[in-house]
Amino acid sequence: MLAVDRLGVRAGELDLVTEVSFTVSAGERVGLIGESGSGKSLTATALLGLLPEELTASGSVRVAGVEHELVGAPERLLTKLRGSRLAMVFQEPMTALNPAMRVIDQVAEAREVHHPGRDRVLVEADALRLLEQVRLPEVATLARAYPHQLSGGQRQRVLLAMALANDPDVLVCDEPTTALDVTVQAQLLELILAGVAERGAALLFITHDLAVVATVCERVLVMYGGRVVEAGPVREVLTEPRHHYTRGLLDASDLESTDEHGRLHAIPGTVPAAGEFPSGCVFRTRCGRADEQCADLPPWTGVPDHGHACWHPVGGDS
Amino acid sequence: MRSLVLGGALVGLIVLAALLSFLWTPYDPTLVDAALRLRGVDWAHWLGTDRFGRDVASQLMVGARTTLYVGLVAVGVAALVGTPLGLLAASGPRWLGELVARVNDLVLAFPALLLAIMLGAGFGASTGTAMIAIGVATVPSFARVARAAAMQVLTTEYVLAARSAGRRPLAISVRHVLPNVAGLLIVQSSVSFGIAVLAEAALSFLGLGTQPPTPSWGRMLQESQELLAVQPRLVVVPGVAIALAVLGFSLLGDGLRDRLDPRLKGVGDAGR
Amino acid sequence: MIVAEELSRSYRRPRSTPFGPRPQVRALHEVSFEVVAGQRFGVVGESGSGKSTLVRLLAGLDSPSSGAVRFDGQLVSGRRQRDLDFLRSRLQVVFQDPMGSLDPRMRVADIIAEPLVAQRIPGRAERVAEVLAAVGLPASAADRYPHQFSGGQRQRICLARALAPRPQVLIADEPVSALDVSVRAQVLNLLSDLVDRYSLTLVFVSHDLSVVRHVCDTVAVLKSGQLVELGAVEQVYRRPRHPYTRQLVRAVPTLRGALAGITAADLTP
Repeated sequence: MLAVDRLGVRAGELDLVTEVSFTVSAGERVGLIGESGSGKSLTATALLGLLPEELTASGSVRVAGVEHELVGAPERLLTKLRGSRLAMVFQEPMTALNPAMRVIDQVAEAREVHHPGRDRVLVEADALRLLEQVRLPEVATLARAYPHQLSGGQRQRVLLAMALANDPDVLVCDEPTTALDVTVQAQLLELILAGVAERGAALLFITHDLAVVATVCERVLVMYGGRVVEAGPVREVLTEPRHHYTRGLLDASDLESTDEHGRLHAIPGTVPAAGEFPSGCVFRTRCGRADEQCADLPPWTGVPDHGHACWHPVGGDS
Repeated sequence: MRSLVLGGALVGLIVLAALLSFLWTPYDPTLVDAALRLRGVDWAHWLGTDRFGRDVASQLMVGARTTLYVGLVAVGVAALVGTPLGLLAASGPRWLGELVARVNDLVLAFPALLLAIMLGAGFGASTGTAMIAIGVATVPSFARVARAAAMQVLTTEYVLAARSAGRRPLAISVRHVLPNVAGLLIVQSSVSFGIAVLAEAALSFLGLGTQPPTPSWGRMLQESQELLAVQPRLVVVPGVAIALAVLGFSLLGDGLRDRLDPRLKGVGDAGR
Repeated sequence: MIVAEELSRSYRRPRSTPFGPRPQVRALHEVSFEVVAGQRFGVVGESGSGKSTLVRLLAGLDSPSSGAVRFDGQLVSGRRQRDLDFLRSRLQVVFQDPMGSLDPRMRVADIIAEPLVAQRIPGRAERVAEVLAAVGLPASAADRYPHQFSGGQRQRICLARALAPRPQVLIADEPVSALDVSVRAQVLNLLSDLVDRYSLTLVFVSHDLSVVRHVCDTVAVLKSGQLVELGAVEQVYRRPRHPYTRQLVRAVPTLRGALAGITAADLTP
């Protein structure tokens, strides 16, 4: 459904995202894991052709059933695809909604754009049905409310309703629950899963939270320093990681496992600023296993959707 | 960036002309010579002479001095009075903030022109009364900007941290609030400067400001208005000078805003 | 060490109609607990639970509508700022946003020295160097500005500032929730080390029960301004008694749970 090949994002001379390749089939749920500066959000923005002007994308993004290559496609085509074939849910629902418009009108507009000429009454009925689907509470009242009158979780529901309004083939969620309380997060995750399952859509779920990815996705890509360092089925990557960054991330996020002094397993150092990642393996400055060989870029071992880029993978070569 | 350079260049040109006029002008700008009345532009008189035979270029240079002097004092007065008022209104009790806001509105509603006429009637119209009138009229904009910016700074966690460190309110105002609103105040100064230049020209034009023989752009306009049809140059030259000065300070203000606005600082750390 | 007695705090919102009543918002309602010396006391709550209000009341940065806060027997609530010097030297706060709680226009040395200056404690330069070393930052950090540091390093600066006046109690308000996972573990380890090394009493506020469980021995659960459960952290985590706590424990996705087959639907009640 979605095929990404050697996608890159550059800011002038600076590579922010390098050679990201993956595919997502219809009905499949793929996670994109990374910390700040990993390039995960840029990847999503590049997919939808929403990069700010000063950034340029390279490589290839294809969506099934669309003749045209999306990287470098004319804005007119992208506008037509966005919201209909490709939809996105952002992290900050407040900034993604128009503060001066009632939420039902925004959902209706999202639907109307791709169904021009449809009777207004029908469109509003559609919008109301969508808001019911995302279980907006007291839907009769809240549908007529303005975004600022809703809670964060309710706004995110509205945004999801808008994203699902035209039954997209691909849904991209960029940290949709990061700003929400855990109890609200749980409900929203369930809604997202139900929404894509009903439509047989492909889901690309971007987050920094390993537990959320494990709950939501079947496959996962791990990004660090603008590169995919490991990819594969969730269970395999998160139980037997091959890349030392994945290993470190798993250990660091496990609050139940500590060393003999009761200390958490931390990854040393900090995530470098954009453009300050080392050459060769991007993780080598923080990796305990790094040696001279890591100054060379490790090749990708395996197939694009299942493999790793490490000279000394965890568990040895196999 | 472009507005900063262009605004800086225009303002720099005026400052340079004013400074140079202390050392050298083509002629004595106040020298009246009937033989040289209304001479056109030539090598001897770059911008010609006015109806009293005074050299326009020299008058323009010395007039720049008056303009900057008035702007500097007026904006200085406004900043020195308005900023502490605004900070006090933001950090003091609620009623004080309300009081300052209301008084501000009152001063804003009071026409600066009327104030200038009253001051002129009381003390005799002069550059000094014009400066005071403009300065008083500019106080509210400083108080308002300072109050709004300070209120924003006061809600930050670093102010909370300073309070929990045991800092007293005055120390917080001086150490945290002032440095973080300084950028906005500099921007406000530049914008107000432009307005003050215009106001001085207007007051001088009406005879409520700078008195003869001191050259002033506003008075140059006034003295030659009847000659608009015959010698448009005499009106255009000071008019353009005023326009460029106002434009220069506004552009500079805009450019500085982009540079100094504390809200734009620290942007570029890719947050989650 | 710290006693909260029936603490309540309500705010008045602006009128929604010109002559209507000003609606009251109850941020905290009759919350009572005691933190004893040496304890690691966790406070868990979601947005709107009143946990930030609680932090401000405990730190004497705000006054309760009713009820009282006592620190080591002395009354904190209702006192004027200048009468809180005894509290300022013995209790320090680390805030959530490591960027927002550092003045962008101050050098790190001045930031860390601020409590020392405010409380007129001598020997500033040495103390700044000491606490910088204690939080694992190089001495050269002193001359730089906050924006030159990463999120984790900034939170170290905040910790250094809090430690500078040698407090006995540290209140940490969501200190790791803005940090990356790989950095979070470092800062949690550092916090634990510092609490041990300086025998601090810790009040740790978080929305994340699993972080509180790692750090604290006791936990208080807040919901809509009310204390719904209080007890030993393992007890509360393993056998939550209040339905809300149960919901909270259940809603947190875990890697172990997910790999054991727990789905998103299982997280919701």
